[in-house]
Amino acid sequence: MALRVGTDLVLIETVRDSLDAHAEHYLERVFTEREVEDCTMPDGIDPERLAARFAAKEATLKVLRPRDEGIPWSAIEVRRNPNGWVEVELSGPAQALAADGGVTDLSLSISHEGDFATAVVVASCSQGMPTSVR
Amino acid sequence: MHDEIRQILAQHGRLPVDVQTLSDDADLYEAGMTSHASVNVMLGLEDHFDIEFPDRMLKRSVFESINAIAAALSELREEAAV
Repeated sequence: MALRVGTDLVLIETVRDSLDAHAEHYLERVFTEREVEDCTMPDGIDPERLAARFAAKEATLKVLRPRDEGIPWSAIEVRRNPNGWVEVELSGPAQALAADGGVTDLSLSISHEGDFATAVVVASCSQGMPTSVR
Repeated sequence: MHDEIRQILAQHGRLPVDVQTLSDDADLYEAGMTSHASVNVMLGLEDHFDIEFPDRMLKRSVFESINAIAAALSELREEAAV
């Protein structure tokens, strides 16, 4: 059993700019309805929370190690546990890629401070290489 | 098409270099485009060309160069014409 680690850093200002430039188009293409709901505060969408979720999606991709598979961002969902921590839920092609590579037990941590949001994902991996290339 | 792609890259790619100095085959990620900026480029392309990239095209290789983006757009246009 091996471990894989993925991390990502996002400049929150870029998420704010994306919301200004693309609004709903950006939200619909990148985030799930649940994620948007989790990032919606009484005064509107919180770019810091969105940035942390985008970082989580990219960190997860680094763990999944796609070769030439198309993975929509919505296939990697950040879910907030009622007890406060966050978890990653995979679906569709992201779930298939994880299964193909023997990637299980993904653990996620996200944070934001100042100008940046960051995420770290750790996963167990039962296979050294995806089955398609072994 | 390449000029339109360059315009969109200049607008949304947040590249640290002048996009006009990049060759059509230049690796945009190596030139400084972040994964988040590539999302904005995709959204800009979808708005400008009135297309939608299908899930199978949501991968790094599709957005890694001007030529790669042009090839993907051509493929989508051909599919739409059928």
